[in-house]
Amino acid sequence: MTVADIVKALDLRVFSGNEGLNQEVVGGYTSDLLSDVMGNADAGMVWVTLQTHINVMAIASLKELAAIILVKGLEPEVNTLQQSNSEGIPILGTNLQAFEITGKLYQLLNK
Amino acid sequence: MHFEFKVQGGDFVRAGNASSQVKKILKQLNVDSSVIKRIVVALYEGEVNIAAHAFNGVIYVDIDTERIIIKLDDNGPGIPDINLAMQPGYSTASPIVREMGFGAGMGLPNIKDNSDDFKITSEVGKGTCLEILVNLKVNQEGV
Ligand SMILES: Nc1ncnc2c1ncn2[C@@H]1O[C@H](COP(=O)(O)OP(=O)(O)OP(=O)(O)O)[C@@H](O)[C@H]1O
Ligand SMILES: [Mg+2]
Repeated sequence: MTVADIVKALDLRVFSGNEGLNQEVVGGYTSDLLSDVMGNADAGMVWVTLQTHINVMAIASLKELAAIILVKGLEPEVNTLQQSNSEGIPILGTNLQAFEITGKLYQLLNK
Repeated sequence: MHFEFKVQGGDFVRAGNASSQVKKILKQLNVDSSVIKRIVVALYEGEVNIAAHAFNGVIYVDIDTERIIIKLDDNGPGIPDINLAMQPGYSTASPIVREMGFGAGMGLPNIKDNSDDFKITSEVGKGTCLEILVNLKVNQEGV
């Protein structure tokens, strides 16, 4: 399943990083603690979080994550969005909260 | 090969720069991706700790065919009790820094878990020095 497939299935908004929409997704990780994600997420995962600042992109890029999903209608800060575009790692958005979108994502990936 | 990077305390926007440069270099050197991943986690956590907890610092990176040695040397408040600081969950991060998602107290444990050799020394009122060693060959002991 690609990032684009997830966008479609979960009706997500694409803020940036469109170049990475064809990236294959291997799983997901939900956390708002950066060093938790740094220590435990794996390449190709989708990261569900409420953090919108630029360090989120630093982590996504260093860990080679497939995409970021911002919850509760949050939007990325301008420099976060710019880095997402230059790295080609999509930032996606949903109005749902973390529990709900994580549940849906889990079901989708484990079908 | 030798590289140096400066880190400014409080500068979270640039935190991760050194990690991303070193990652590029290691990729060019065809280092195994599982090894690169570990190095990047350790270096990023060290880099962010200077931004979050110190005034300024320098990161010295030395790479040869066998290993990478990263030294992170900062001017800062230092760490009064290193054993306590090494415990998962221990953090003195400020409320603002915590709001950003830092301050889980997992950085130093992440560094230890991802390095083959790790030394930390600190002097209160002066600064902290980390030395991280990672073997670059996958079949080496400690991987
Ligand atoms: N370079 C440093 N200078 C001064 N104190 C430090 C330094 N690095 C770590 N510390 C101290 O050690 C504690 C634990 O560090 P650690 O990296 O494990 O957690 P953290 O930085 O607080 O949170 P996290 O890394 O999970 O975002 C810090 O809260 C701080 O008190
Ligand atoms: Mg830390």
